[in-house]
Amino acid sequence: MITAAASMSALGLGLGLLLGAAARKFHVKTPPVVDEMERILPGTNCGQCGYPGCRGAAEAIAEGGAPVTLCPPGGRDVALKLAEIVGVDCSGGPEISGMTDIEPQVAFIFEDHCTGCTKCFKRCPTDAIVGAAKQIHTVIWDACTGCDACVQVCPTEAIVLRSKPRTLQSWYWDKPDQPLAALRTGAA
Amino acid sequence: MGALLSALLSSIRGGVHPETRKFLSAESPIEPMPIPALLRLPLQQHIGAPAEPLVARDDHVLKGQLIARARGPISANLHAPTSGRVIAVGPFPAPHPSGLPVPTITLRPDGADRWAPRLPRLRPEDAEPEEIAARVAEAGIVGMGGATFPAAVKLTLRDRYRLHTLIINAAECEPYLTCDDRLLRERAEEVADGAGIMARALGVTKIIVAIESNKPAAAAAMRRHNLGLGHPVQVRVVATQYPMGSEKHLVRAVTGRETPARALTAELGIVVHNSATAQAVHLAVRYGEPLLSRVVTVSGRGVARPANVQALLGTPVADLLAHCGGLTEDPDRLLLGGPMMGQPIRSPRVPVVKGTNGVLALTRAETRKAETMPCIRCGACVRACPCGLTPFELNARIQAGDLEGAAAVGLLDCVSCGCCSYICPSNIPLVQGFSFAKGKLAETESRKHQQEETRRLAAARTAREEAIAEAKRAAMARHKAQMAEKKRRAAEEAAQAAEEAPAEPQEAAK
Ligand code: SF4
Ligand code: SF4
Repeated sequence: MITAAASMSALGLGLGLLLGAAARKFHVKTPPVVDEMERILPGTNCGQCGYPGCRGAAEAIAEGGAPVTLCPPGGRDVALKLAEIVGVDCSGGPEISGMTDIEPQVAFIFEDHCTGCTKCFKRCPTDAIVGAAKQIHTVIWDACTGCDACVQVCPTEAIVLRSKPRTLQSWYWDKPDQPLAALRTGAA
Repeated sequence: MGALLSALLSSIRGGVHPETRKFLSAESPIEPMPIPALLRLPLQQHIGAPAEPLVARDDHVLKGQLIARARGPISANLHAPTSGRVIAVGPFPAPHPSGLPVPTITLRPDGADRWAPRLPRLRPEDAEPEEIAARVAEAGIVGMGGATFPAAVKLTLRDRYRLHTLIINAAECEPYLTCDDRLLRERAEEVADGAGIMARALGVTKIIVAIESNKPAAAAAMRRHNLGLGHPVQVRVVATQYPMGSEKHLVRAVTGRETPARALTAELGIVVHNSATAQAVHLAVRYGEPLLSRVVTVSGRGVARPANVQALLGTPVADLLAHCGGLTEDPDRLLLGGPMMGQPIRSPRVPVVKGTNGVLALTRAETRKAETMPCIRCGACVRACPCGLTPFELNARIQAGDLEGAAAVGLLDCVSCGCCSYICPSNIPLVQGFSFAKGKLAETESRKHQQEETRRLAAARTAREEAIAEAKRAAMARHKAQMAEKKRRAAEEAAQAAEEAPAEPQEAAK
């Protein structure tokens, strides 16, 4: 018994040291921009960008393989901030200005289709879904980032993304017609 | 002559002198209105958190009964304006330019107008200041000049500031509106008493009622009732100038002192309340009547019979217009509030709420809207801005998409008074652009906040999942150890058994 325990711990210690040494030797230094970009990305690891999590996305951008507009839930604001870091010229870049109109999305569950399978509930990266086995699930819109993860896993297709409903608090006036634009239409 | 008079009276820097058109309704006494067929009562008629409904569909309620309770410290109670049956609690378009649906209690009056037991009367002469403030909160009174900030919160400011003066705002600088003018002319005594009660709650003795010089009858009426709870009520006539009724500008005109940017007038020891709020406080404290109705000016050239109406809260705008003879022509704009700062509404089905001081139907002739031309840098907007801003520069930055830049030159100090848009010879929609920019900035701010929240939630989830996985691993390890222990014991037993009967296995081996 004692010999078994001793040999096992010796083995563990040896392997641990080996791993530690390997980590030191083969350490890849990630550039600090990756950390910086990871902080800007939502951090939900939803995978919509096609990279393994937000860190993966940040690395891909840093290597130049991915556009700054890759994050759908982050939207235009995140894209602009990323562009600032990596120095992409974003003054009227078609991708970023194309993002302007994306309204924040939230998930919506059709209650008569929900079977209470809890798949979405387990998958939501921000715990925005409440529910229990065999109970109708629902989404807390304040916590939902519209990342699409739940839509993907729902077996009955009971979940859709919708634009976040506007409230009196979030509503504001449209930008009024610009004087120059007004003149231009007058001339045309 | 008018300019000379304004120069002699206390005035404010900047400002404009729009045509007041108050004559349309100034001579119509406040008139009651028959109870409408339906009342729509939004749960949020105030700044702060929406109230929480206490009634459900098919409940029968009595006049003055509490139907929605304030939620949180900045919120306001809501009472049934008359007796009747609740026919719905659900979304209904808000009296707001967006027309978005908001939670609303719909009441069908039964016509009996039967009172619920009223709140017990208070004798303000010997009530504690806290009791008065609590009563004002219970009665659901909010700032009735249009700001709709819960009045009780403003009555407890003495805990944090050293106060000395209460100013009753009866400037009513918006064109067309005459509801405060009429209130002062007809119910000066109640306003004075309400002012006295509020002064007691605030612990101040100096009361000033500020009235613009174009309302001499109101000033005269107020001078006749110059005592509020034993304290002298001083009448102060100020220049007729828009935006005199803005709280900070009024304080400056009356006392000559400037309130710091983004601070309360309480910092100067002064609290400002509207005259209609004072009257509501009088009714709540002396008679135990919660806020159930208000005086609304119905005016504009599009209305057949401009009037000042005592309307129940929740009265649909359409009913109010019908009571005033209906519309003479299709109005160009239907506004809640005054023409300078009022909000256009999309449908006349929306209700009158606590902050609605006017319903205006303006005809095409009244809404000046010529074509927008480029800015000629005339500086008229700079001279007109009562907040000392440079509107043309703000506008240029906003048009260029530089909202932060606009904020850096004072966008957030703009009070949206509209003087700049009014005066601009090029008809540039300046204040409209500022409203957009403020909304957009607020949205950016809230998105940022939400992103931080998202990160926090995601981190919390990861931590939790790791903790669960860790617990599982530990359980697994324990289980393994137990299994190993069992095996070992079984092996030992087997070995013992083998020792005891060594012959058998050997035989088996053979
Ligand atoms: S900039 Fe704002 S505060 Fe100044 S005049 Fe225009 S609306 Fe009024
Ligand atoms: S008033 Fe109009 S035209 Fe004159 S400076 Fe201001 S924005 Fe320009």
